[in-house]
Amino acid sequence: MKFTLSWLKEHLDTTASVDEVVEAMTMAGLEVEHVEDPGAKLAAFTVAKIVEAVQHPNADKLRVCQVDTKDGRLEIVCGAPNARAGLTTVYAPIGAYVPGSGVTLEARPVRGVVSNGMLCSAKELEVAEESEGIMELPDGLAVGQPAAQALGLEAAIDFEVTPNRPDWLGVRGIARDLAAAGLGTLKPDPVKPVAGAFPCPIEIKVDGEVCRVFAGRLIRGVKNGPSPAWLQQRLVSVGLRPINALVDVTNLITYDRARPLHVYDRAKLVGDVIEARLGRGSAEPSADAPSPAPHRDEQLIALDGKTYDLSAEMSVIADAGGERPIGLGGVMGGESTGCSEATTEVFLESAWFDPIRTAQTGRITGITSDAQYRFARGVDPESPAWGIEQATQLILELCGGEPSDVKVVGAPPAPPAAIAFDRAYVKKLSGLDVGPPRIDEILTRLGFAVDGDSVTPPSWRRDVEGKADLVEEVARIEGFDSLPETPLPPIARPPGGVLTLRQRRMRDARRAMAARGYAEALTWSFQRREWAELFGGGDARLVLSNPIAADLSTMRPSALANLIDAAARNARKGFPDAALFEVGPNFKGDEPGDQWTAVTALLAPHSPKHWAHSEGDPLFALKADLLALLEELGAPALQVVQGQNAGWWHPGRSARLQLGPKVVIAEFGELHPRVLKALDAEGPMLAFEVSLDAIPEPKKKGVKTKPALALSPLMPLTRDFAFLVAADTPAGDLLRPIQGADKALIAEARIFDVYAGAGVPGGMKSVAVEVLVQPREKTLTDAEIEALSARIVAAAEKAVGAKLRG
Amino acid sequence: MTDYAKIAQDLDQRIAGAADLAALEAIRVEALGKTGSISELLKSLGRMSPDERRVEGPQINGLRDGVATHIARRKAALEAAELDAKLASEHVDLTLPPPYERKGRVHPTMQVLDEMIAVFADLGFALAEGPDIEDDFHNFTALNFPPKHPAREMHDTFWLPEDEKGERKLLRTHTSPVQIRTMQQGQNRTLPGWIAQGQAPPIRVIVPGRTYRSDSDATHTPMFHQLEGLVIDRDIHMGHLKWTLDQFIARYFETPSVETRFRPHHFPFTEPSAEMDVRCDRSGGDVKIGQGDDWMEIVGCGMVHPNVLRNCGLDPDEWQGFAFGFGVDRLGSLKYGMPDLRDMFAADLRWLQHYGFSAFQAPNPATGLS
Repeated sequence: MKFTLSWLKEHLDTTASVDEVVEAMTMAGLEVEHVEDPGAKLAAFTVAKIVEAVQHPNADKLRVCQVDTKDGRLEIVCGAPNARAGLTTVYAPIGAYVPGSGVTLEARPVRGVVSNGMLCSAKELEVAEESEGIMELPDGLAVGQPAAQALGLEAAIDFEVTPNRPDWLGVRGIARDLAAAGLGTLKPDPVKPVAGAFPCPIEIKVDGEVCRVFAGRLIRGVKNGPSPAWLQQRLVSVGLRPINALVDVTNLITYDRARPLHVYDRAKLVGDVIEARLGRGSAEPSADAPSPAPHRDEQLIALDGKTYDLSAEMSVIADAGGERPIGLGGVMGGESTGCSEATTEVFLESAWFDPIRTAQTGRITGITSDAQYRFARGVDPESPAWGIEQATQLILELCGGEPSDVKVVGAPPAPPAAIAFDRAYVKKLSGLDVGPPRIDEILTRLGFAVDGDSVTPPSWRRDVEGKADLVEEVARIEGFDSLPETPLPPIARPPGGVLTLRQRRMRDARRAMAARGYAEALTWSFQRREWAELFGGGDARLVLSNPIAADLSTMRPSALANLIDAAARNARKGFPDAALFEVGPNFKGDEPGDQWTAVTALLAPHSPKHWAHSEGDPLFALKADLLALLEELGAPALQVVQGQNAGWWHPGRSARLQLGPKVVIAEFGELHPRVLKALDAEGPMLAFEVSLDAIPEPKKKGVKTKPALALSPLMPLTRDFAFLVAADTPAGDLLRPIQGADKALIAEARIFDVYAGAGVPGGMKSVAVEVLVQPREKTLTDAEIEALSARIVAAAEKAVGAKLRG
Repeated sequence: MTDYAKIAQDLDQRIAGAADLAALEAIRVEALGKTGSISELLKSLGRMSPDERRVEGPQINGLRDGVATHIARRKAALEAAELDAKLASEHVDLTLPPPYERKGRVHPTMQVLDEMIAVFADLGFALAEGPDIEDDFHNFTALNFPPKHPAREMHDTFWLPEDEKGERKLLRTHTSPVQIRTMQQGQNRTLPGWIAQGQAPPIRVIVPGRTYRSDSDATHTPMFHQLEGLVIDRDIHMGHLKWTLDQFIARYFETPSVETRFRPHHFPFTEPSAEMDVRCDRSGGDVKIGQGDDWMEIVGCGMVHPNVLRNCGLDPDEWQGFAFGFGVDRLGSLKYGMPDLRDMFAADLRWLQHYGFSAFQAPNPATGLS
C-alpha cells in the first residue's frame, strides 16, 4: 500500500517531513518498504519562462530562445515547435542528467549557436510516456521553482501491512496512529450524511454467509467523465489508473478509508433487485455425479475482461431475480454493469463481505484486487453507513445528480467486546513504567473507549481481543525504544551442559566426520519420488500435495540419493573426488516417531594421481572412517554381518554393523551399480548410513571417572599363527575366539595376511594372525606360552574349523 | 737408539692417509695390536735396565699415547665423513607433495547453529526438538492462527495428502510447534524421547531445526533452518526479551557495537509482537553488519500470546514469557557472507571448502565462536 504526504495531511495536521513520517510509522509497527520519489531524479530541473524565440540562422526547425531561468537570462537552442515567447516551461542546466533521453547536457554549439541548457518535454522528464513539444506549464509559476513541485510530483511511501491491521489499509487509519504517536493532530471526520431526495428504488437481498450488511443508494442525473486533475493526480501518485469519476471515487475511498465500494450503471441492471449470494456453479464437475447439477456452469465476465467459473464457495452479486451474476462480492465487479462515461444513474454499493468468504473467493479465482485484499482482512463493520455517505458527497461534488435515501439490509457483526483492564498489567507484561493517565490517553487517541477498568476497542480494531493486545497498543505508541533492558533471572542449569546425549552425538558426529576429511552437505528433506523408491521409500503418505517442483516431492527415506546426486553433479562440473556427509532426518512415515536421524556419508574415491603410488581398497578407508565415527559417538563393539544389506548395496561389497542379532546400527559398503545408474552417477561410490538413535546410551550415565588403569611392568610379547580356513569363512570371525582363549593375557589379535594359492589346499585360505600377549603378574615360562598357544589354536578350530598351517 | 720421532712421524702420516675405517684399523693393529710395533717396543721396556727404562719409558709411552690419540681422532673424522656420505645419499626431494588428504568441512549453517547454541547455552537455555512433519494443531491452531486466517496463507505451507480422517499433515513452517510440545501439559508420552515433552514452567529452551515453505529465490529456499527461543516464568517481560536478544546479537557478531532497533510487528502467537533490526550498510552491494545507516531485520519475537498459553494448559494470569525465531541460514550469510541462500543446499564441493569450517573450530568460550 502506498500514500503520499499531501494525502496524509488531509487527515493529519502535521509539519512532519517524509523521513519523520517513515520513522514514526516504523516505530508504530508499519513496515515501510521504500519511499519512491519520482521528483528525486528531477532535482536539477526548474521552471523557466521563454522571453523571446527567433528562427535559428542555420536550421529551419530550430529556434534560438532567450529564457529567464534560475541562472539568469540564457540563450537556449530548442527544436520544439511550441517553443514560443511567453511560454512557461522546464529548464535543465548544463551538467544535468536528462532521465528520459539518458544524456548529460554539455555546452556545445548547435549548428553554430551555443545552447546554455535545455528546455524539456514531458517524455524527457519521464512524467509521460509520449509527448509533443516541450512542457507547457501554467503561467503563474515562479521562475526557478523546482519542476517536481510545479508538476505536483510527490514521494510515495510504500509499506507493508500486517494482517491484523486492515484499518492501516486506508490513509486515515495511518493518520490516527501517527497522531497517537505524537506526530500531529487527527483532523475531524469530514463525512456528513447526505439527505435522500427520493426512496431507493432498488431492492437488496443478502445471504448472511456472504454479506452481513449491504447499504445501497441510487444517484440519478449524474454526469460522468474524467476526474478532475487533483483526483487523477492522487490516484496516479499511489499507482492507480484513473478511469472515470464514478469509479475513481470508489478507488479513492478504498485507499483513503480502507472502505471499498462498488458502482453499478442502473441502466444496465436487469430488474430492481440486487442480491448477494453464494455461487451456484461447481467449479470442478465431479465425474461420478449421476446428472449435471443445474447451475454447474454459472460464470461471470469480470471487469478485468476474464471469465470466472462461480462455485458454491464464492460470494456473488446477482440481478435479474438473482439469476444473473454481475459481480464477485467484495472482489471484483462484472463487466456487464460497469459504469462508463455514458452512465447517468448510478447504484452505489457499500457492504460488509465476510472476510473468510472473500479470502476464499480471491484464492479460487486468483484475483487479488484492492477490494478483495481489504475485505479478506476485515473492513470496519461500521463503515458501510459512512462509506456510502462519503461516496455520495464526492459523486455529487464531481458529477452532480440527486441521491435517493440509503437502503440498509442486514446488520454488521457485533462490535468488539469491552475488556477488563488493570493498568498494572502494562508494566507486568512489557516492563514499561507508564502511568494510568498516559495509558488512557494513548488508548483514547487510538479510538478506544475508556471507562474505568473497562476498555472497548473501536469497531475497526477487531484484532484487539484481550488485555495483552491493549498492552501492545500502549507499548508501541510509548515506543519500544523505552523498554527497559532487563537481564534474565538466574536459572538452575544442568551441571553437565544443556545438550542431551543425542544432541551431543549429532554435534560430535559432524566434527568427527569433518576431521576425517568429509565435507558436510545439507540437502533437501524431500526428493524425487523415484529416488525415494530406490531406497525403500516413496509411500503415498509422504508425497507432498503441493511440491515446489516434481524433484522435491517426496519425504526422503534416506539421504543417500541426495548425496549420490550431489557427488555426480560435482563430477559433472569436473570435481569427481567427493567425500560428503550429512547429519539429518529421514522419514519412515508421517508420525513423529517415524522420523529418525542418520549420519550418512558418501565417498566417490577419485584421489588425484600421486608419485608414491600407495593405494589400498578405498572400501577399507571408508570402514576406518565409520569405525572412527562410532568410537567417537561412544558405540559399543559391534558385529560385522555380511549378506543381509538392503538392495541398494553391492551384494558382495557391503555389510551391516549390528548390536546383537536385531539392532542394526549402520550399513556400509559400495552402492549397487543399478542404483547409481538410475541416479545418473558414475560409480563406484561407497557409503555408510548410521542410525544415530540406535546407538545405545552408555551403561554408566553421568560417571566421569574412568576405570583404574593397571599398567603391567612386564614386556608384552607377540606370537604369530597361520591358520587354514575354508575360503568362504569371514577372516574376522577368527579374532573373537582367539581373544576369548585367554581374556586376561591376550591384549589384541590382528590379521596381518590373507593368502590363497600355491601351498594352500584348494577351497582353503591361510589367515595369519599376530597375537599380542601381555603378562600381568610374572614373566611367562616357555611351557606357559606353549599352553597358551595350544588354547588359541583349539579355540580357533572350535569356532571356525581353523587348522594351524603346518 | 730407536728414533721414536721418526716412528711417530711415519705412523702419523699413514694415519692421516688412511682412506677408510678398515685401513685405519689395519694401522692400529700394526702399531698397537698385540704384536704391533709399538706394543713390541713397550714389551722391550721389561728387558731394559732401570736407567735405560727411565729414559726410554716416557718416550715409548708418549709414542703410544700420541699414536692412539691420532688414531682416535682420525677414526672420529672418518666416521663423521662416512655418516655425511650416508646422509647425503638419503637426500629426498621435499618439493614433492605429501600423501593426498581430503579436507573435511562443517557446513556454515551448522557452524552457525553451534555458535548460537553456545551463546544461548551460556544464558541458561536447553535444547528442545520436534518433528519436521507436523499436524495443523501444533503448527497453526495451538499457535493462535484462526482457521482460514490470511496469516496461514502467508506461510506457503507444504501439505501432505489427506488421511482417512480427512486430516492433512504438513511440513512445519516454523520451529514454533515445538513451543507447544514443550509447554503442553499432560500430553501423549508415547513419542520417542528426542521429541520435546510437556514440562512445567519455568521453561527456557531453544529449538533449532529444519523448516519448510514453498518459496524459492536468492533469499528464500523451500527448506531452511530456524532457531526458536522460549522463556516462560512468572515475571518475564519484554525488557527481558530485549536484553536477551541484544546479548545474543553482540555475542554472535562478536562485537560490542552492533546497534539494534526493536520495533512493533505482528505474529498471531505473540502479543505484543516485535521485530529486531541491526544496523547495517547495503551501499556496497553486500550487507555489512554494524555500520552504515540502514537496518536489517534479524529476528521476530514477542510475548507468548495468552491464547497460546491457554492452549497448552497454562494460566496466562500466572505464567508469561517470550518467544523469538531466528532464520539461521540468513544469520549465517550475514556473518560469513554467503550471498545466495540456495547455494547452502547445493552441496558444491568448492563452495563447502570455501565457506565451510574446520572440525576444530568448535565454538569455545575461551577462543570465541569460530
